[in-house]
Order: sequence, then C-alpha cells, then structure tokens
Amino acid sequence: MKLDIRWPIGILFLLFGALIAGYGLLAQPAGVGGDSLNIDLMWGVVLAVFGAVMASLAAVSGRRP
Amino acid sequence: MIKLEMIDWLLLVIYFGFVLGIGWWLKRSIRTSNDFFLSGRAIPAWVAGLAFMSANLGAQEVIGMAASGAKYGMATSHFYWVGAIPAMIFLAIFMMPFYYGSKARSVPEYLRLRFDEKTRAFNAFSFAVMTIMSSGISMYAMGLLLNLLLGWDFNVSMWICAGIVLVYILLGGLTSAIYNEVLQFFLIVFGFAPLVILGLHDVGGWNGLRHGLERVALDQGYAAGAWSDSWRYLGSTSQNPMGVEWFGLVMGLGFVLSFGYWCTDFLIVQRAMAADSMRSARRAPLVAAVPKMLFPFLVIVPGMIAISLVHSGGSLSLPTKLDGSPNYDLVIPVMLGHYFPNGLLGLGLTALIASFMSGMAGNVTAFNTVWTNDIYQPYLRPNATDAGLLWMGRAATAVGVLLSLAAAYLAASFNNIMDVLQLVFAFINAPLFATFLLGMFWRRANGHGAFYGLVAGTACAAIHHGLTIPAHALSGIKGGWLAMLHQYPSEMAQNFWTAIFAFSGCFSVTALVSLMTHVPDRGALRGLVYSETPRIAETGGSWLTRTATLGCIALAAAVILNWMFW
Repeated sequence: MKLDIRWPIGILFLLFGALIAGYGLLAQPAGVGGDSLNIDLMWGVVLAVFGAVMASLAAVSGRRP
Repeated sequence: MIKLEMIDWLLLVIYFGFVLGIGWWLKRSIRTSNDFFLSGRAIPAWVAGLAFMSANLGAQEVIGMAASGAKYGMATSHFYWVGAIPAMIFLAIFMMPFYYGSKARSVPEYLRLRFDEKTRAFNAFSFAVMTIMSSGISMYAMGLLLNLLLGWDFNVSMWICAGIVLVYILLGGLTSAIYNEVLQFFLIVFGFAPLVILGLHDVGGWNGLRHGLERVALDQGYAAGAWSDSWRYLGSTSQNPMGVEWFGLVMGLGFVLSFGYWCTDFLIVQRAMAADSMRSARRAPLVAAVPKMLFPFLVIVPGMIAISLVHSGGSLSLPTKLDGSPNYDLVIPVMLGHYFPNGLLGLGLTALIASFMSGMAGNVTAFNTVWTNDIYQPYLRPNATDAGLLWMGRAATAVGVLLSLAAAYLAASFNNIMDVLQLVFAFINAPLFATFLLGMFWRRANGHGAFYGLVAGTACAAIHHGLTIPAHALSGIKGGWLAMLHQYPSEMAQNFWTAIFAFSGCFSVTALVSLMTHVPDRGALRGLVYSETPRIAETGGSWLTRTATLGCIALAAAVILNWMFW
C-alpha cells in the first residue's frame, strides 16, 4: 500500500501553520522597521489553510473506491 | 549572524521527523529493484511533475538565481523562460515516448538500446562521477552556509543531513526521494513567498523596485532599464550586465545547454520515467513547466529587491568577499535574516536545508540507479538476481553518500580541483543533446557515430575553452590555456559559445561517422527512433487535454511572460 503524499504535506503544513501562528500570537515578534504587521500570525494561518486543503483532498480521494 | 529561537528549532526537528517518517512508511512498498530504482513506475503525473521541477531546485539553484537577480536583474529570467520551458515541452511531446516506451531503466540504458555498449559506458561513467561530485558540492555549500549564518559546526551539520538522506533513501528508494522533493517544493514556495511579499511591500511595490533598479543600472553605466527588462538590452554585449547578445543566448542557453540538461540529464528524466503511465510520464514535464515559469518571481525578485535596497543605502547590506566585492550568494540568507521574525525564520531555514538535502538525495538516487543498472549489472555481474540488484542498490546508496561526503571535504580543501572537474564535466555534457537529437530523429545514426561524435564534441568544447577567455580573467581555469584567440565580454558569453561549438562538433562528427560506417538494423530501432515508432494515439478526453495542446499552451504562456518583461 502506497502512501498518499498529500497526507504528510497536509499534516506538516497544518502543524507548521499552527505553531507559527501560535508563536506570532503569543510572542508578538517584532517585524522589520517597526512594521505593525504580525506576519507570523498571518502566514501561519495561510500555511494551516493550505495544509487543511491538502489533507482533505487526500481524505476525499482515500474514501473513493 | 542569525539567532534562532526554540520555535525555529522545533520546526526544523519536526521536518526531520517527517522526512524519516515518510521513508519508514514507504519501506513496506519496496519489494523489487524496480520499486527501489523506479518507484515501481507508479507515481501519478502531478507528483512526478513536481519532483521533476524540484530535482532541479537544489539550494544552489535558489541561492544562485537570487545572486544572479542581484547581479544581472530581470535578464536572469532567461534561464527559465528561454532556458527551460521550451526544452521541457520538447521532452514531453517528442522525447518522453522513447524514454518511457523503450522500458529503459535509465538514460544510459536508452543509449545502449539505441546505439551500443561503448556509448552507454561513456555516458554512465561520466554521469556517475558527476552526480557524486554535485552532491558533494551541495553538501559543502550547505556546511559552509550554516556555519557562516548560524555558527553551526561544518562537520556536524553536514554529517547529520547526509545521515538523514541516507536513511530515507535506504528505506524508501526513489519514492522517498520523490516524496521529499515534493515536500521541499511546497516548503520553498511557502517559505520564500513571504520574503517577496515583505520585500516588495518594503521597496514600494513593483514600481518602487523599478525605480530602485534604475539607480543601480545608471550608476554602473547602463541604461535605466538594464536591471528590470529582460530582452531590450540584448542587442549588444556592452548594453547589459550579463555581457551576452541575443544570438549567443538563444542558441547557447536556449537551445544547446537547456535541451542538453532538461532532455538528457538522468537525474531529471528519472522522475518522469517513474510515472505510472505513458500519459503521466509525458504530463510530468508539462506539470513542472507551470511552477517553473513562475519561479523567477520567487527566486530572482528577492535578489533584485536586495540589490536595490543595498544600493539605496538602506538598512540592508551584503557581506563582502575577501577581494572586497559583495558576496551575492548570501542574498537569500541575508534577506531571510532581515525580513523574517523567529517562527517564519525557522520555516525559511527549513526550506533551505530541505533543498540542500533533496539536492543530495536526487543525485544519490540517480547514482545508485546508474551504478547498479549500467555499470554493476552489465560489466561486473551480468547474471545478478533481482534481489541481488536491490541489495546492490542499497549498498550503492551508502557508498554514494560516503563518496559525496568525501567530495565535500575535497571541495573544502582543494577548491581548484573541484573547479577543474566541473569544467571537464561541462565539456562532456555540452555535446550530449546532439547525440540524442540524431539518435531519436535520424535512423541512420549508429553507435560508432554517436561515440566518436561525443568524443569530438567534448574535444571541441575543451579546445574552444582553451583558446578563448572572458574579459578581466587570467588564463588558466577560466580559459586561454592553449592560446588566446578571442576575448569574450563575460564568462557567461564564453560558456554559451563553448556549448554551441560542442554541439556543432558532435552533430557533424556523429553524422559523418555514421554515414561512413554500417547502416543500423531497422528492426532493432522500433520504439527508439521517431520514424520507426508508431505514433501514440491519445484516446479519451477532448483535444484540449492532449499533450501537444497542453505543450502549446505552456509555450504561449512563456512567450507572454517574455513579452511582459521585454
């Protein structure tokens, strides 16, 4: 049985996204030049959404016979 | 130096865990040598395509293209829109049917089926040595960079990464390498995209960047658009910082070098040969063409942003080399440190390390296949069993990783040896496409022609290099070691013309020798030569989804991009 590559991609990006967004939320790391942009939080969410899409694609195609 | 926090370390460790986990999971699907070397020919088109693109996306590519973006500006896009897309489309439409259809396990094996044993041996041996060397250089570059950037120990970082690569290939073979390449592809995309977004935001968008680059160009004595236009200043070598003109660029880079690399380099082609069907194998280069077309925005633009910031005397500065010139190879790492807070920094760093590692893995998987199928089996153990081949594949993986490390130490202690070796391999590679072009499309070409053509092409490349020199260079490794007949405005121009000479030499000698020697047996050429192979009828689906249609669409997109940034 082969592994659907979308599973590891999905899970890794969900995990990375959650960690980076969580860190951005808690630690509020300073951006460049006093920019108020919390890029960790924003990009963490983007990563997590991508991860979720990948994982759900894998889940959907796994259920098909 | 960049300071990492706990979060960055955590991301890196999780990534390592995933890579090893994928190898462990795939272990049970490896039963035969075919599973190990060619993923059992069961990889879907989109995975093969992304791996195809990613196998070329080593860290040196990322770092080197950003460096070129800073040095030459938008003209660096020629390496993508001229020097890659057309060749990838040609491979998909015309060449893949022979590679995949002939059931050869490697590119050298195709050469044996089409020509003869000596042509295969020439290609297999040079390719095997070259993969080890490139993987060694990749490891060396990584050790150096991590040391410079983070203060990590050169030996420790290199051995850890090499160890992880070794374990995951031993476990999952080519499938492991391919899966990790796909993972790395997404890491690079998502790890570098914020760099472009933050950088462009910082310089005031595309227009702000153009303004900044105008100053860069004017201050160095070029026309204002020399850094932001790709074709406009290619009329003469003195108008653009690359020092090339359009003919040398189109013929040398766009034709000889690009087709030679994308259509014949087994490291790349192996990814498509692992696809689950002929249709998928032909799709793979086309799938790869889409991200390849967009990558200039991800890897070249950061270099352009960096040079514009450095030039405006802003907050960014590039470390200098020993001779006082800016070290452009550090553009990406410096930008990561400049723009990314901890967290994102861990992501960017993981992406960078992932691409170093997959660069090594790609070379090692190509090496173990060529060593086992094209050197060990034919010359050392002709009646090896399949289990024996699988065992040898694993042993070759371990030896390949160790040899790569040895090559890395060689590069660290004798920089010149590696430069000389790289030069020799450039000579060997330059004529290859002529051999494949004649082999696939002219049934009269035979083994003697192919072999002597390759030798002649390599000789032409060496002689041309020995007789010419780039401006401001000393004779020796840069050229002029025979005599000085001609001076090129830049090393790049010299490279392009070396390739043109090598191709022409190989092409004419192959044709001449073939015509003077035996006529190949037509029956043996079926499936190997265009005129002797039935056309593939693509049934099912509308004409819109045919390989040729998709190829034309991709080509049109590349033309539009060239026009947009003319």
